[in-house]
Amino acid sequence: MRRPHHLRMLGILLLLTLTLLLTGCSSELLDPKGQIGSEQRTLILTSFALMQIVVVPVIVMTLLFAWRYRGSNKDAAYHPEWAHNNWIEGIVWFIPCIIIIFLAGLTWYTSHSLDPHKSIADDPSEQMEIQAVSLDWKWLFIYPEQGIATVNEVAFPTDVPVRFRVSSGSVMNAFFIPTLGSQIYAMAGMDNDVHLIADQEGVYDGRSTNYSGAGFSGMTFDAIATSQAGFESWVEEVRQSDQTLDFPEGYNELAQPSEDHPVEYYSEVSSGMYEDIIKSFHTGRDDGEMHAGHGGTEDDHDDMPMSAEAAE
Amino acid sequence: MFGKLSIDAIPFHDPIIMVVAVAMALGGIALLGAITYFRKWKWLWTEWFTSVDHKKLGIMYFIVALVMLIRGFSDAIMMRTQLAMASAGAEGYLPPEHYDQIFTAHGVIMIFFVAMPMVIGLMNLVVPLQIGARDVAYPFLNNLSFWLFAAGAILVNISLVVGEFAKTGWLAYAPLSGIEYSPGVGVDYWIWALQISGIGTTLTGINFFVTILKMRTKGMTMFRMPIFTWTSLCANVLIIASFPILTATIALLTLDRYLGMHFFTNDFGGNMMMYVNLIWAWGHPEVYILILPAFGVFSEVIATFARKRLFGYNTMVWATVAITLLSFIVWLHHFFTMGAGANVNAFFGIMTMIIAIPTGVKVFNWLFTMFRGRLEFTSPVLWTLGFIITFTLGGMTGVMLAIPGANFVLHNSLFVIAHFHNVIIGGVLFGMLAGLTYWFPKAFGFTLNEKWGKRSFWCWLIGFYLAFMPLYVLSFFGAVRRMQSYETAEWQPWMLLAWVGAVIILFGILCTVIQFYVSIRDRKQNQDVTGDPWDARTLEWSTSSPAPFYNFAHLPDVGGIDSFWAQKQEGLKSVSEGPYQDIHMPRNTVAGPIISLFALIFGFALVWHIWWLAAVGAIGTFVSFLARVFNDDIDYYVPASEVERIEREHKERLEMQA
Amino acid sequence: MTTETMSNHDAHAEGHEHHDAGGMKIFGFWVYLMSDLVIFGSLFATYAVLMKGTAGGPSGADIFELPLILISTFLLLFSSFTYGMAVLAMNADRVAQVKAWLAITFLLGAGFIGLEIYEFQHLIHEGYGPDRSAFLSSFFTLVGTHGLHVFFGLVWILVMLVQLQTKGLNDMTRPRIMCLSLFWHFLDIVWICVFSFVYLMGVL
Repeated sequence: MRRPHHLRMLGILLLLTLTLLLTGCSSELLDPKGQIGSEQRTLILTSFALMQIVVVPVIVMTLLFAWRYRGSNKDAAYHPEWAHNNWIEGIVWFIPCIIIIFLAGLTWYTSHSLDPHKSIADDPSEQMEIQAVSLDWKWLFIYPEQGIATVNEVAFPTDVPVRFRVSSGSVMNAFFIPTLGSQIYAMAGMDNDVHLIADQEGVYDGRSTNYSGAGFSGMTFDAIATSQAGFESWVEEVRQSDQTLDFPEGYNELAQPSEDHPVEYYSEVSSGMYEDIIKSFHTGRDDGEMHAGHGGTEDDHDDMPMSAEAAE
Repeated sequence: MFGKLSIDAIPFHDPIIMVVAVAMALGGIALLGAITYFRKWKWLWTEWFTSVDHKKLGIMYFIVALVMLIRGFSDAIMMRTQLAMASAGAEGYLPPEHYDQIFTAHGVIMIFFVAMPMVIGLMNLVVPLQIGARDVAYPFLNNLSFWLFAAGAILVNISLVVGEFAKTGWLAYAPLSGIEYSPGVGVDYWIWALQISGIGTTLTGINFFVTILKMRTKGMTMFRMPIFTWTSLCANVLIIASFPILTATIALLTLDRYLGMHFFTNDFGGNMMMYVNLIWAWGHPEVYILILPAFGVFSEVIATFARKRLFGYNTMVWATVAITLLSFIVWLHHFFTMGAGANVNAFFGIMTMIIAIPTGVKVFNWLFTMFRGRLEFTSPVLWTLGFIITFTLGGMTGVMLAIPGANFVLHNSLFVIAHFHNVIIGGVLFGMLAGLTYWFPKAFGFTLNEKWGKRSFWCWLIGFYLAFMPLYVLSFFGAVRRMQSYETAEWQPWMLLAWVGAVIILFGILCTVIQFYVSIRDRKQNQDVTGDPWDARTLEWSTSSPAPFYNFAHLPDVGGIDSFWAQKQEGLKSVSEGPYQDIHMPRNTVAGPIISLFALIFGFALVWHIWWLAAVGAIGTFVSFLARVFNDDIDYYVPASEVERIEREHKERLEMQA
Repeated sequence: MTTETMSNHDAHAEGHEHHDAGGMKIFGFWVYLMSDLVIFGSLFATYAVLMKGTAGGPSGADIFELPLILISTFLLLFSSFTYGMAVLAMNADRVAQVKAWLAITFLLGAGFIGLEIYEFQHLIHEGYGPDRSAFLSSFFTLVGTHGLHVFFGLVWILVMLVQLQTKGLNDMTRPRIMCLSLFWHFLDIVWICVFSFVYLMGVL
């Protein structure tokens, strides 16, 4: 009775895998809409394929050996003291080593090419800057060049490299638009950044991926990739808003915890607000701010091996 | 008088909690009533609670772990149910305040109060027997470790009914866990539960490290030790080196919360990145503390049931040692997205991948142990085969996560959840259940029912794939961990599928419960008098089952790897022939439970800021420890005549069966 | 010390496997000290990261009084010497001398603690308590954790004095005095690190 039941279950599993492959093709990560996301898709698929060199033989050997050398099969060889073979042991070290060496090369290369801090633009003046601040529980987007700000909606033109500068006015969050690629942590008092680009128009889901408290699930936003003209008319629409945002009063009011916050437009915003928000966390550094990227974590890294060494 | 504690701390308004609380209370009353009715209190106290016998402590660890597994699994199925419901604007049945506590409790319970006690319990039961020792190096500390651990577990369970648990995720990342963003007592419960049980764990680490290094029997050189002992040794090295980091980190968070310091706060110079670094400097070794002993279990099981020596013993040992060392230089892979430079990320990514090499070698060694063997498909073997396949897949997704470029889109998504359940269920849990079935007869003298064991395995295996493969899929659609509801309706079918998987796992757990019931009912038929029900290879099987409290009438003499197997091949008699000698044994002690009771009071009082009670707890802990220090009557000799009586009884039973 | 305990290895032959229990205790305690060292390592790392986080408050150079620290350093160093004398006396089976040296060690340790309490109390009074800045949090915690260890060492010395009085030197008390000796010297080494890393580097 039990065996056919398991076979049916196996069939369902296979069916699921198939649907995975089919539906997966249209998913955010496997059907990205930008250069960074595309490179990451290639990376995921390449590493996945590479590891099949070990994974598939292991699964096949497990089933094969277990069946072939089952206790009831007296035809199979039985060598109870056979426990060592230089060739086999050499090969089982060698093959994983080769794969890992290859993956390590890939890792080194892509860690640099996909470094979130690396600008995508050939010329930095071509890139656009948007500042994102995570609050409890919403995203504030500041457009320093346009002098406007929005909540839970961000727009940018396609084919223009965008530098998102990311910080937090509260606990740690992470800024992520899955369709476009890389996420980055948002941390209070620190100036982090991630460079992204969209090559197709569309409205993409964005969200915080790092749990930040009760309203976390609602910390989503629409990322609108549009034509240059579309972007300009969007900016114009924001400018029509009768709300403005100043620092610190207006900002402090906005920063109060709220869940599922509606989209808001601010036609005007105090200049340097992003920097002011970072500085508002009194870090005690001389420059009054820490760079999460190459500054903060780098010296973090210098110090950390101490504890690891102590631990060893 | 009672600090922050008042009657409002009990969540009367929450029907779910109240029903659970009432059920727990009724269950507790029934249990206590039964103990009283059958007049078992004295027996429990003198034979179990105060026991310094490592085998009994191992059993107690496992009992607590299985009870906590049910608690942790209830959390899991509640989460899955919530996510199966809360799609496209629906709120489900758990509001965020409750849901956030549940996923935090689930993680904390499963790691600290299920996986850890299973691993430590198995180490307790098996390691001294495998190395031919009478007990551990410090029997009293071993008892104390258990009770400190139990105090932590009790504190977590109190938080269910009195107050709340942390709503921060299992690692309580600052600054969310700081007093500014988590003013409630939840994080304080987390702090004291982990701190108290963590001290117990550190003591265990020291205890078993010294036991393995110093108490091996004659001829048991390091490279003749069974692989489970080797993996336990490495796990204990990791405990000694990493748990103090956890202790320090939690202490700093405590100072932030209680004394207004600024280690991890947003302002006044605090640095939350420091918290994340420190907690993972402990957290990554922790996963190897759990998985290495599981590797050890599989090595023992596969060699025993393939009726063949373990393939590549030396390779296995060196691979274990390599993993132990490497596990300390990979912690940053848990937060590539923090924005460290490309060189730093690449370094930690590559180090992480290198761990895949020794791990892969181990997998091949298990495979080649089956090769040219005579594999018997007992339930421990099924767990092992299920492990090899499942863990290989989990290892693969782990390497994908270790590539920073890919991690930037996979981090914090359900991919991570699927990955670590892939290795923790497929690795640690399968390993512990295999170990439980394998060594159960050694602890109790009868084997577990195979039919229900196999049913449990199939439910766990199928349930696992149904529950977690959909999460891999969802991660490609941008679904993240720890969300209480979601807008995208297309995710719901996958969430429902995952829920079905969780229900099948529930059946797996029920099968285990039934397995215990059936096995205990049929214990006479399943009795094992030989002490060696599996025709196994290592020393623990050379003594009777259940092993006498002194383990071995004569300490065995070891001539090689798998020396018990070799002895059996040569037809040598078992070790329990006379003449016998007096045996030096440690006395039971009330100090462990009493010290831990005061530690529990101390922790509870600090959670609620009841300062006078905290003082009572602290002074009580100190005074009861002092009382132990001034007690000279801590050991005794078992007279040779008593040893002879016990061994003769065993021999009579053997002859009767023959 | 370690080589001595390491060499006890094969002493547990049949029947008297507990006779090297003292050696095993000392070895185990040594392992415990290694884990304690990891705690201090974590605290040193934390201090290194946070020492610049003064948040507008004072830095090390502003608040450290080196002469005072130098005195307490010598108190502790000298107490290590006197403890060594106690161990020598124990090896010569002179209980009265052991007690005397332990008492002197206690007084020196108590002096160290007294100076530390004075320093802390003085800083808090000035408004530079551990809640002033991350730097001060990590400073108070690192130095205070060491102080707490010394305090426990003092309690332990008292316990040993009582036990020497009631039990004398035996298989129970000897290993304890050796463990306490390891503990006391360990605290000395940690203090030298604190002194150079926190105070000297802070002032220089």
